Amino acid sequence: MKLELLGHLILTVAIFGSLFLFVAYAVYFERKVAAKMQNRVGPDRVGWYGLLQPFADILKLLLKEEIIATQATKFVHTLAPAISVIMAFITFAMIPIAEGFYIADINIGMLYMMAVTSIGVYGVTLAGWSSNSKYSLLGSMRASAQMISYELSMGLAVVGVILITQSISVVSIVESQTENILYWNIIRQPLGFLIFWIASFAEANRLPFDLPESEQELVGGFHTEYSSMRFALFFFAEYTHLIVASSILTTVYLGGYQIPFQSFLFPGLDGWWLVSAQILTFILKMCLFVFLFMWVRWTLPRFKYNHLMELGWKYLLPLGLLNVVLTAGWLLIYDGF
Amino acid sequence: MNKHVDIDARLNFSEKIYLPEIMKGMWYTFRQMFQPVFTMRYPEERWTPPAIFRGRPVLVAKEDGTERCVACGLCSRVCPPLAIYVQAGETERAQERYPVTFEIDMLRCIFCGYCEEVCPEEAIVMSKEYDLVFETRESAVFTKEKLMTPVSGLEDRLTFLRKYKNPDEVSKTSLN
Repeated sequence: MKLELLGHLILTVAIFGSLFLFVAYAVYFERKVAAKMQNRVGPDRVGWYGLLQPFADILKLLLKEEIIATQATKFVHTLAPAISVIMAFITFAMIPIAEGFYIADINIGMLYMMAVTSIGVYGVTLAGWSSNSKYSLLGSMRASAQMISYELSMGLAVVGVILITQSISVVSIVESQTENILYWNIIRQPLGFLIFWIASFAEANRLPFDLPESEQELVGGFHTEYSSMRFALFFFAEYTHLIVASSILTTVYLGGYQIPFQSFLFPGLDGWWLVSAQILTFILKMCLFVFLFMWVRWTLPRFKYNHLMELGWKYLLPLGLLNVVLTAGWLLIYDGF
Repeated sequence: MNKHVDIDARLNFSEKIYLPEIMKGMWYTFRQMFQPVFTMRYPEERWTPPAIFRGRPVLVAKEDGTERCVACGLCSRVCPPLAIYVQAGETERAQERYPVTFEIDMLRCIFCGYCEEVCPEEAIVMSKEYDLVFETRESAVFTKEKLMTPVSGLEDRLTFLRKYKNPDEVSKTSLN
Protein backbone atom coordinates (compact mmCIF):
# COMPACT_ATOMS: atom_id res chain seq x y z
CA MET A 1 0.00 0.00 0.00
CA LYS A 2 2.75 2.42 0.97
CA LEU A 3 4.80 1.50 -2.08
CA GLU A 4 1.79 2.03 -4.31
CA LEU A 5 1.31 5.49 -2.83
CA LEU A 6 4.96 6.31 -3.42
CA GLY A 7 4.74 5.18 -7.03
CA HIS A 8 1.68 7.32 -7.49
CA LEU A 9 3.43 10.30 -5.97
CA ILE A 10 6.42 9.89 -8.28
CA LEU A 11 4.11 9.64 -11.28
CA THR A 12 2.25 12.78 -10.24
CA VAL A 13 5.45 14.75 -9.78
CA ALA A 14 6.81 13.46 -13.09
CA ILE A 15 3.67 14.35 -15.02
CA PHE A 16 3.27 17.80 -13.51
CA GLY A 17 7.00 18.45 -13.79
CA SER A 18 7.05 17.63 -17.47
CA LEU A 19 3.87 19.65 -17.94
CA PHE A 20 5.73 22.60 -16.42
CA LEU A 21 8.57 22.12 -18.87
CA PHE A 22 6.19 21.78 -21.80
CA VAL A 23 4.43 24.99 -20.84
CA ALA A 24 7.74 26.86 -20.65
CA TYR A 25 8.69 25.60 -24.07
CA ALA A 26 5.25 26.28 -25.50
CA VAL A 27 6.07 29.98 -25.08
CA TYR A 28 9.33 29.49 -26.95
CA PHE A 29 7.59 27.45 -29.62
CA GLU A 30 4.91 30.09 -30.01
CA ARG A 31 7.51 32.80 -30.53
CA LYS A 32 9.36 30.69 -33.07
CA VAL A 33 6.19 29.85 -34.99
CA ALA A 34 5.13 33.50 -34.98
CA ALA A 35 8.56 34.54 -36.20
CA LYS A 36 8.55 31.95 -38.96
CA MET A 37 5.12 33.02 -40.15
CA GLN A 38 6.22 36.65 -40.23
CA ASN A 39 9.53 35.89 -41.99
CA ARG A 40 11.53 36.65 -38.86
CA VAL A 41 14.06 34.63 -36.87
CA GLY A 42 12.57 34.63 -33.37
CA PRO A 43 14.51 34.16 -30.15
CA ASP A 44 17.95 32.74 -30.94
CA ARG A 45 20.34 34.44 -28.53
CA VAL A 46 20.05 32.62 -25.21
CA GLY A 47 21.51 29.16 -25.55
CA TRP A 48 21.59 26.94 -28.60
CA TYR A 49 18.97 28.28 -31.05
CA GLY A 50 17.57 30.30 -28.15
CA LEU A 51 16.53 27.17 -26.28
CA LEU A 52 17.21 28.70 -22.86
CA GLN A 53 14.97 31.67 -23.62
CA PRO A 54 12.07 30.45 -21.41
CA PHE A 55 14.35 30.36 -18.36
CA ALA A 56 15.72 33.79 -19.16
CA ASP A 57 12.14 35.08 -19.36
CA ILE A 58 11.15 33.48 -16.05
CA LEU A 59 14.23 34.87 -14.34
CA LYS A 60 13.54 38.32 -15.71
CA LEU A 61 9.95 38.24 -14.48
CA LEU A 62 11.01 36.95 -11.06
CA LEU A 63 13.50 39.76 -10.60
CA LYS A 64 11.14 42.54 -11.65
CA GLU A 65 9.53 44.86 -9.15
CA GLU A 66 6.16 43.80 -7.85
CA ILE A 67 3.59 46.56 -8.15
CA ILE A 68 0.14 46.32 -6.59
CA ALA A 69 -2.23 49.17 -7.36
CA THR A 70 -3.17 51.13 -4.20
CA GLN A 71 -6.88 50.81 -4.91
CA ALA A 72 -6.65 47.06 -5.47
CA THR A 73 -8.20 44.50 -3.13
CA LYS A 74 -4.93 42.97 -2.04
CA PHE A 75 -6.03 39.53 -0.89
CA VAL A 76 -8.06 38.74 -3.99
CA HIS A 77 -5.43 40.37 -6.16
CA THR A 78 -2.88 37.90 -4.84
CA LEU A 79 -5.27 34.96 -4.93
CA ALA A 80 -6.41 35.34 -8.54
CA PRO A 81 -3.24 34.27 -10.37
CA ALA A 82 -2.93 31.25 -8.08
CA ILE A 83 -6.47 30.13 -8.92
CA SER A 84 -5.73 30.50 -12.62
CA VAL A 85 -2.59 28.39 -12.51
CA ILE A 86 -3.85 25.69 -10.16
CA MET A 87 -7.10 25.18 -12.06
CA ALA A 88 -5.23 25.01 -15.34
CA PHE A 89 -2.84 22.43 -13.91
CA ILE A 90 -5.22 20.07 -12.13
CA THR A 91 -7.26 19.55 -15.28
CA PHE A 92 -4.34 17.57 -16.57
CA ALA A 93 -4.73 15.02 -13.78
CA MET A 94 -7.49 13.26 -15.71
CA ILE A 95 -5.52 12.76 -18.88
CA PRO A 96 -4.01 9.33 -19.55
CA ILE A 97 -0.68 9.75 -21.30
CA ALA A 98 -0.09 6.03 -21.80
CA GLU A 99 -1.90 2.81 -21.00
CA GLY A 100 -2.32 2.90 -17.23
CA PHE A 101 -0.40 6.15 -16.88
CA TYR A 102 -2.65 8.78 -15.41
CA ILE A 103 -2.80 10.61 -12.12
CA ALA A 104 -6.41 9.72 -11.46
CA ASP A 105 -9.26 7.95 -13.17
CA ILE A 106 -12.55 9.03 -11.64
CA ASN A 107 -15.81 7.81 -13.08
CA ILE A 108 -16.94 11.34 -13.88
CA GLY A 109 -13.62 12.43 -15.42
CA MET A 110 -15.13 14.36 -18.32
CA LEU A 111 -17.45 16.31 -16.00
CA TYR A 112 -14.53 17.03 -13.71
CA MET A 113 -12.56 18.45 -16.60
CA MET A 114 -15.38 20.71 -17.74
CA ALA A 115 -16.01 21.85 -14.18
CA VAL A 116 -12.39 22.65 -13.40
CA THR A 117 -11.85 24.59 -16.59
CA SER A 118 -14.90 26.65 -15.66
CA ILE A 119 -13.47 27.37 -12.23
CA GLY A 120 -10.39 28.65 -14.00
CA VAL A 121 -12.39 31.61 -15.19
CA TYR A 122 -12.72 32.73 -11.57
CA GLY A 123 -9.03 33.53 -11.62
CA VAL A 124 -9.53 35.85 -14.54
CA THR A 125 -12.73 37.38 -13.17
CA LEU A 126 -11.33 37.99 -9.70
CA ALA A 127 -8.15 39.46 -11.18
CA GLY A 128 -10.12 41.94 -13.21
CA TRP A 129 -12.42 42.85 -10.38
CA SER A 130 -9.79 43.18 -7.67
CA SER A 131 -7.53 45.36 -9.83
CA ASN A 132 -10.07 48.18 -9.56
CA SER A 133 -9.38 49.30 -13.09
CA LYS A 134 -11.99 49.68 -15.78
CA TYR A 135 -9.91 47.94 -18.43
CA SER A 136 -9.34 44.94 -16.21
CA LEU A 137 -13.00 44.81 -15.24
CA LEU A 138 -14.10 44.92 -18.87
CA GLY A 139 -11.64 42.16 -19.69
CA SER A 140 -12.84 39.92 -16.92
CA MET A 141 -16.49 40.51 -17.74
CA ARG A 142 -15.79 39.52 -21.30
CA ALA A 143 -13.96 36.45 -20.04
CA SER A 144 -16.88 35.24 -17.94
CA ALA A 145 -19.46 35.91 -20.64
CA GLN A 146 -17.32 34.14 -23.20
CA MET A 147 -16.71 31.14 -20.95
CA ILE A 148 -20.41 30.67 -20.26
CA SER A 149 -21.30 30.86 -23.94
CA TYR A 150 -18.66 28.46 -25.12
CA GLU A 151 -18.79 26.02 -22.21
CA LEU A 152 -22.30 25.08 -23.36
CA SER A 153 -21.31 24.19 -26.90
CA MET A 154 -18.27 22.40 -25.56
CA GLY A 155 -20.42 20.34 -23.21
CA LEU A 156 -22.85 19.48 -25.98
CA ALA A 157 -20.01 18.36 -28.22
CA VAL A 158 -18.75 16.10 -25.46
CA VAL A 159 -22.22 14.62 -24.99
CA GLY A 160 -21.87 13.08 -28.45
CA VAL A 161 -18.68 11.33 -27.41
CA ILE A 162 -20.19 10.22 -24.12
CA LEU A 163 -23.17 8.71 -25.96
CA ILE A 164 -20.86 6.61 -28.10
CA THR A 165 -18.62 5.56 -25.22
CA GLN A 166 -21.45 5.01 -22.73
CA SER A 167 -19.14 6.36 -20.02
CA ILE A 168 -17.96 9.71 -18.64
CA SER A 169 -14.61 8.37 -17.50
CA VAL A 170 -11.76 9.78 -19.56
CA VAL A 171 -9.89 6.50 -19.50
CA SER A 172 -12.92 4.66 -20.95
CA ILE A 173 -13.22 7.33 -23.64
CA VAL A 174 -9.63 6.70 -24.69
CA GLU A 175 -9.99 2.94 -24.50
CA SER A 176 -13.07 3.02 -26.69
CA GLN A 177 -10.92 4.49 -29.46
CA THR A 178 -7.98 2.12 -29.27
CA GLU A 179 -9.19 -0.52 -31.72
CA ASN A 180 -8.00 1.20 -34.88
CA ILE A 181 -7.84 4.63 -36.48
CA LEU A 182 -11.47 4.47 -37.64
CA TYR A 183 -12.59 4.36 -34.02
CA TRP A 184 -11.06 7.73 -33.27
CA ASN A 185 -13.77 10.14 -32.32
CA ILE A 186 -12.58 12.66 -34.91
CA ILE A 187 -13.85 10.16 -37.52
CA ARG A 188 -16.98 9.18 -35.62
CA GLN A 189 -17.79 12.70 -34.44
CA PRO A 190 -16.44 15.20 -37.03
CA LEU A 191 -19.03 17.88 -36.25
CA GLY A 192 -18.56 17.43 -32.53
CA PHE A 193 -14.81 17.75 -32.99
CA LEU A 194 -15.18 21.00 -34.89
CA ILE A 195 -17.45 22.48 -32.24
CA PHE A 196 -15.22 21.33 -29.41
CA TRP A 197 -12.15 22.66 -31.15
CA ILE A 198 -13.64 26.11 -31.81
CA ALA A 199 -14.95 26.26 -28.25
CA SER A 200 -11.55 25.35 -26.85
CA PHE A 201 -10.08 28.40 -28.57
CA ALA A 202 -12.48 30.45 -26.49
CA GLU A 203 -11.77 28.38 -23.36
CA ALA A 204 -8.02 28.85 -23.70
CA ASN A 205 -8.43 32.58 -24.44
CA ARG A 206 -6.58 32.20 -27.69
CA LEU A 207 -6.91 34.37 -30.71
CA PRO A 208 -9.34 34.76 -32.53
CA PHE A 209 -11.26 34.74 -29.22
CA ASP A 210 -8.80 36.50 -26.91
CA LEU A 211 -11.23 39.28 -26.04
CA PRO A 212 -10.48 39.16 -22.28
CA GLU A 213 -6.95 40.27 -23.08
CA SER A 214 -7.23 42.30 -26.27
CA GLU A 215 -4.01 44.27 -26.01
CA GLN A 216 -5.22 46.95 -28.39
CA GLU A 217 -8.48 48.04 -26.83
CA LEU A 218 -8.16 46.87 -23.23
CA VAL A 219 -4.43 47.42 -22.67
CA GLY A 220 -3.97 43.77 -21.72
CA GLY A 221 -7.42 43.23 -20.21
CA PHE A 222 -7.64 41.44 -16.88
CA HIS A 223 -3.89 41.44 -16.23
CA THR A 224 -3.31 45.14 -16.92
CA GLU A 225 -2.58 45.84 -13.26
CA TYR A 226 -0.32 42.83 -12.74
CA SER A 227 3.43 42.85 -12.81
CA SER A 228 6.39 40.64 -12.03
CA MET A 229 5.72 37.05 -10.95
CA ARG A 230 1.97 37.46 -10.69
CA PHE A 231 1.84 38.47 -14.31
CA ALA A 232 4.08 35.54 -15.10
CA LEU A 233 1.58 33.24 -13.40
CA PHE A 234 -1.21 34.46 -15.66
CA PHE A 235 1.05 34.02 -18.62
CA PHE A 236 1.85 30.56 -17.40
CA ALA A 237 -1.82 29.72 -16.88
CA GLU A 238 -2.58 30.82 -20.41
CA TYR A 239 -0.05 28.47 -21.90
CA THR A 240 -1.05 25.68 -19.54
CA HIS A 241 -4.58 26.12 -20.85
CA LEU A 242 -3.19 25.79 -24.34
CA ILE A 243 -1.41 22.54 -23.52
CA VAL A 244 -4.35 21.18 -21.54
CA ALA A 245 -6.80 22.05 -24.31
CA SER A 246 -4.57 20.28 -26.81
CA SER A 247 -4.31 17.27 -24.52
CA ILE A 248 -8.07 17.10 -24.04
CA LEU A 249 -8.59 17.31 -27.80
CA THR A 250 -6.06 14.54 -28.28
CA THR A 251 -7.62 12.38 -25.59
CA VAL A 252 -11.23 12.83 -26.56
CA TYR A 253 -10.98 13.01 -30.34
CA LEU A 254 -7.63 11.70 -31.52
CA GLY A 255 -7.42 8.42 -29.67
CA GLY A 256 -5.20 9.66 -26.86
CA TYR A 257 -2.03 7.64 -26.60
CA GLN A 258 -3.04 5.13 -29.25
CA ILE A 259 -0.35 4.56 -31.88
CA PRO A 260 -1.93 4.62 -35.35
CA PHE A 261 -1.59 1.30 -37.21
CA GLN A 262 0.25 -0.18 -34.24
CA SER A 263 -0.52 -3.85 -34.97
CA PHE A 264 0.60 -3.27 -38.55
CA LEU A 265 3.75 -1.20 -37.93
CA PHE A 266 5.07 -2.42 -34.55
CA PRO A 267 3.41 -5.76 -33.82
CA GLY A 268 5.86 -6.98 -31.16
CA LEU A 269 5.91 -3.86 -29.03
CA ASP A 270 5.27 -4.41 -25.32
CA GLY A 271 6.39 -3.60 -21.80
CA TRP A 272 8.23 -0.33 -21.24
CA TRP A 273 8.88 0.13 -24.96
CA LEU A 274 5.15 0.23 -25.58
CA VAL A 275 4.65 2.74 -22.77
CA SER A 276 7.41 5.00 -24.10
CA ALA A 277 6.05 4.77 -27.63
CA GLN A 278 2.59 5.63 -26.35
CA ILE A 279 3.86 8.63 -24.40
CA LEU A 280 5.72 9.82 -27.48
CA THR A 281 2.61 9.39 -29.62
CA PHE A 282 0.58 11.34 -27.12
CA ILE A 283 3.14 14.15 -27.07
CA LEU A 284 3.27 14.28 -30.87
CA LYS A 285 -0.51 14.45 -31.16
CA MET A 286 -0.63 17.13 -28.49
CA CYS A 287 2.10 19.14 -30.24
CA LEU A 288 0.13 18.93 -33.46
CA PHE A 289 -2.80 20.62 -31.74
CA VAL A 290 -0.53 23.14 -30.05
CA PHE A 291 0.85 24.02 -33.46
CA LEU A 292 -2.67 24.31 -34.88
CA PHE A 293 -3.62 26.69 -32.06
CA MET A 294 -0.59 28.83 -32.80
CA TRP A 295 -1.11 28.66 -36.53
CA VAL A 296 -4.64 29.97 -36.15
CA ARG A 297 -3.47 32.64 -33.76
CA TRP A 298 -0.98 34.08 -36.22
CA THR A 299 -3.45 33.92 -39.10
CA LEU A 300 -6.73 35.29 -37.83
CA PRO A 301 -7.59 38.68 -36.38
CA ARG A 302 -9.71 39.02 -33.23
CA PHE A 303 -13.48 38.66 -33.47
CA LYS A 304 -15.73 41.53 -32.56
CA TYR A 305 -17.56 40.93 -29.29
CA ASN A 306 -21.01 40.70 -30.87
CA HIS A 307 -19.69 38.30 -33.50
CA LEU A 308 -18.19 36.14 -30.77
CA MET A 309 -21.52 35.90 -29.00
CA GLU A 310 -23.35 35.36 -32.27
CA LEU A 311 -21.06 32.50 -33.23
CA GLY A 312 -21.38 30.92 -29.80
CA TRP A 313 -25.13 31.13 -29.33
CA LYS A 314 -26.55 31.22 -32.83
CA TYR A 315 -24.31 28.74 -34.61
CA LEU A 316 -22.27 26.52 -32.29
CA LEU A 317 -25.05 25.81 -29.80
CA PRO A 318 -27.65 24.69 -32.41
CA LEU A 319 -24.95 22.70 -34.19
CA GLY A 320 -24.06 21.06 -30.90
CA LEU A 321 -27.69 20.12 -30.33
CA LEU A 322 -27.92 18.78 -33.86
CA ASN A 323 -24.82 16.71 -33.21
CA VAL A 324 -26.36 15.21 -30.08
CA VAL A 325 -29.59 14.39 -31.91
CA LEU A 326 -27.75 12.85 -34.87
CA THR A 327 -25.53 10.76 -32.64
CA ALA A 328 -28.43 9.58 -30.53
CA GLY A 329 -30.48 8.75 -33.62
CA TRP A 330 -27.61 6.88 -35.21
CA LEU A 331 -27.01 4.88 -32.04
CA LEU A 332 -30.71 4.09 -31.84
CA ILE A 333 -30.77 2.72 -35.39
CA TYR A 334 -27.37 1.03 -35.16
CA ASP A 335 -27.97 -0.70 -31.87
CA GLY A 336 -31.59 -1.43 -32.71
CA PHE A 337 -32.99 -0.17 -29.36
CA MET B 1 -24.49 56.84 -35.17
CA ASN B 2 -23.77 53.50 -36.68
CA LYS B 3 -25.09 53.13 -40.15
CA HIS B 4 -26.41 49.65 -40.75
CA VAL B 5 -24.55 47.93 -43.56
CA ASP B 6 -25.65 44.49 -44.60
CA ILE B 7 -22.26 42.88 -45.03
CA ASP B 8 -23.72 39.42 -45.48
CA ALA B 9 -25.41 40.48 -48.70
CA ARG B 10 -22.02 41.01 -50.32
CA LEU B 11 -20.66 37.57 -49.43
CA ASN B 12 -21.27 34.25 -51.10
CA PHE B 13 -22.06 31.07 -49.23
CA SER B 14 -18.52 29.78 -48.73
CA GLU B 15 -17.47 33.17 -47.39
CA LYS B 16 -20.40 33.24 -45.00
CA ILE B 17 -19.54 29.99 -43.30
CA TYR B 18 -16.03 31.31 -42.58
CA LEU B 19 -14.20 28.01 -42.66
CA PRO B 20 -13.04 27.90 -46.32
CA GLU B 21 -11.82 31.48 -46.01
CA ILE B 22 -9.98 30.64 -42.80
CA MET B 23 -8.33 27.72 -44.58
CA LYS B 24 -7.16 30.09 -47.32
CA GLY B 25 -5.64 32.41 -44.76
CA MET B 26 -3.98 29.53 -42.96
CA TRP B 27 -2.54 28.19 -46.19
CA TYR B 28 -1.05 31.63 -46.81
CA THR B 29 0.62 31.82 -43.38
CA PHE B 30 1.84 28.26 -43.76
CA ARG B 31 3.54 29.13 -47.05
CA GLN B 32 5.21 32.08 -45.35
CA MET B 33 7.02 29.70 -43.01
CA PHE B 34 9.20 28.56 -45.89
CA GLN B 35 10.07 32.01 -47.18
CA PRO B 36 13.54 33.46 -46.51
CA VAL B 37 13.80 35.56 -43.36
CA PHE B 38 14.13 39.33 -43.49
CA THR B 39 15.91 39.73 -40.20
CA MET B 40 19.32 41.39 -40.06
CA ARG B 41 21.22 39.91 -37.11
CA TYR B 42 22.19 43.30 -35.77
CA PRO B 43 25.33 43.21 -33.68
CA GLU B 44 27.05 40.86 -36.13
CA GLU B 45 25.56 42.27 -39.29
CA ARG B 46 25.36 46.03 -39.59
CA TRP B 47 23.33 48.15 -41.89
CA THR B 48 25.21 50.75 -43.93
CA PRO B 49 22.87 53.66 -44.35
CA PRO B 50 22.64 55.65 -47.60
CA ALA B 51 24.02 59.22 -47.82
CA ILE B 52 20.64 60.74 -46.96
CA PHE B 53 20.75 59.15 -43.48
CA ARG B 54 21.27 61.47 -40.51
CA GLY B 55 23.41 59.74 -37.92
CA ARG B 56 25.44 61.33 -35.14
CA PRO B 57 26.77 64.80 -36.06
CA VAL B 58 30.58 65.01 -36.47
CA LEU B 59 33.13 67.73 -37.11
CA VAL B 60 35.00 67.48 -40.38
CA ALA B 61 38.79 67.30 -40.03
CA LYS B 62 40.88 68.49 -42.97
CA GLU B 63 43.64 66.34 -44.41
CA ASP B 64 46.19 67.96 -42.11
CA GLY B 65 44.08 67.08 -39.08
CA THR B 66 42.83 70.58 -38.24
CA GLU B 67 39.19 71.46 -38.12
CA ARG B 68 37.24 73.22 -40.85
CA CYS B 69 35.09 74.88 -38.22
CA VAL B 70 35.55 78.65 -37.80
CA ALA B 71 33.51 78.77 -34.59
CA CYS B 72 30.88 81.12 -36.01
CA GLY B 73 28.35 79.62 -33.61
CA LEU B 74 25.54 79.31 -36.17
CA CYS B 75 25.04 75.63 -35.38
CA SER B 76 24.77 76.29 -31.70
CA ARG B 77 22.34 79.10 -32.45
CA VAL B 78 20.09 77.05 -34.71
CA CYS B 79 20.13 73.89 -32.62
CA PRO B 80 16.52 73.33 -31.44
CA PRO B 81 17.35 71.41 -28.26
CA LEU B 82 20.43 73.59 -27.47
CA ALA B 83 22.78 70.63 -27.64
CA ILE B 84 25.82 72.38 -29.10
CA TYR B 85 28.28 74.49 -27.12
CA VAL B 86 31.06 76.35 -28.99
CA GLN B 87 33.85 78.49 -27.56
CA ALA B 88 35.80 80.41 -30.24
CA GLY B 89 39.54 81.13 -30.23
CA GLU B 90 42.12 82.71 -32.54
CA THR B 91 44.69 80.84 -34.57
CA GLU B 92 47.65 81.60 -36.87
CA ARG B 93 46.12 79.46 -39.64
CA ALA B 94 44.51 81.02 -42.76
CA GLN B 95 41.02 80.65 -41.35
CA GLU B 96 41.97 82.80 -38.30
CA ARG B 97 39.33 81.37 -35.95
CA TYR B 98 38.83 77.91 -34.53
CA PRO B 99 36.74 76.33 -31.80
CA VAL B 100 38.61 76.01 -28.50
CA THR B 101 35.88 73.78 -27.18
CA PHE B 102 33.13 72.20 -29.21
CA GLU B 103 30.71 69.98 -27.35
CA ILE B 104 27.54 68.22 -28.43
CA ASP B 105 25.33 66.76 -25.72
CA MET B 106 24.13 63.58 -27.39
CA LEU B 107 21.35 63.18 -24.83
CA ARG B 108 19.88 66.40 -26.17
CA CYS B 109 20.65 65.97 -29.86
CA ILE B 110 17.55 65.15 -31.90
CA PHE B 111 19.38 64.39 -35.16
CA CYS B 112 17.46 67.11 -37.02
CA GLY B 113 20.48 68.09 -39.13
CA TYR B 114 19.90 71.86 -38.82
CA CYS B 115 23.54 72.32 -37.77
CA GLU B 116 24.92 70.93 -40.99
CA GLU B 117 22.31 72.76 -43.02
CA VAL B 118 23.26 76.10 -41.55
CA CYS B 119 27.03 75.58 -41.51
CA PRO B 120 28.78 77.92 -43.98
CA GLU B 121 32.03 75.91 -43.96
CA GLU B 122 30.66 72.37 -44.36
CA ALA B 123 32.38 71.76 -41.07
CA ILE B 124 29.69 69.84 -39.22
CA VAL B 125 27.87 67.00 -40.96
CA MET B 126 25.70 64.09 -39.99
CA SER B 127 27.64 60.83 -40.13
CA LYS B 128 26.33 57.31 -40.70
CA GLU B 129 26.84 56.23 -37.11
CA TYR B 130 23.57 55.23 -35.47
CA ASP B 131 24.40 52.93 -32.56
CA LEU B 132 25.27 55.24 -29.70
CA VAL B 133 25.67 53.92 -26.19
CA PHE B 134 26.60 55.91 -23.08
CA GLU B 135 26.74 54.73 -19.52
CA THR B 136 26.92 58.12 -17.77
CA ARG B 137 25.59 61.57 -18.51
CA GLU B 138 29.14 62.89 -18.68
CA SER B 139 30.17 60.42 -21.35
CA ALA B 140 27.16 61.47 -23.45
CA VAL B 141 28.71 64.92 -23.97
CA PHE B 142 30.94 64.47 -26.99
CA THR B 143 34.01 66.70 -27.00
CA LYS B 144 35.96 68.01 -29.99
CA GLU B 145 38.37 65.05 -29.93
CA LYS B 146 35.48 62.63 -30.20
CA LEU B 147 33.70 64.62 -32.89
CA MET B 148 36.64 65.13 -35.24
CA THR B 149 36.36 62.76 -38.19
CA PRO B 150 38.65 62.72 -41.23
CA VAL B 151 37.02 64.18 -44.34
CA SER B 152 37.79 61.04 -46.37
CA GLY B 153 35.05 59.10 -44.57
CA LEU B 154 32.43 61.79 -45.12
CA GLU B 155 32.67 62.49 -48.87
CA ASP B 156 29.40 60.63 -49.38
CA ARG B 157 27.44 62.96 -47.18
CA LEU B 158 29.23 66.12 -48.37
CA THR B 159 28.39 65.33 -52.00
CA PHE B 160 24.81 64.70 -50.98
CA LEU B 161 24.66 68.00 -49.11
CA ARG B 162 25.99 69.97 -52.07
CA LYS B 163 23.34 68.44 -54.28
CA TYR B 164 20.71 69.06 -51.66
CA LYS B 165 21.65 72.69 -51.05
CA ASN B 166 22.13 73.60 -54.73
CA PRO B 167 20.03 71.28 -56.79
CA ASP B 168 20.74 73.30 -59.98
CA GLU B 169 24.49 73.75 -59.98
CA VAL B 170 26.40 71.03 -58.27
CA SER B 171 29.75 72.49 -57.29
CA LYS B 172 32.56 70.16 -58.19
CA THR B 173 35.25 72.03 -56.32
CA SER B 174 36.30 70.73 -52.98
CA LEU B 175 36.47 73.27 -50.20
CA ASN B 176 39.56 71.81 -48.64
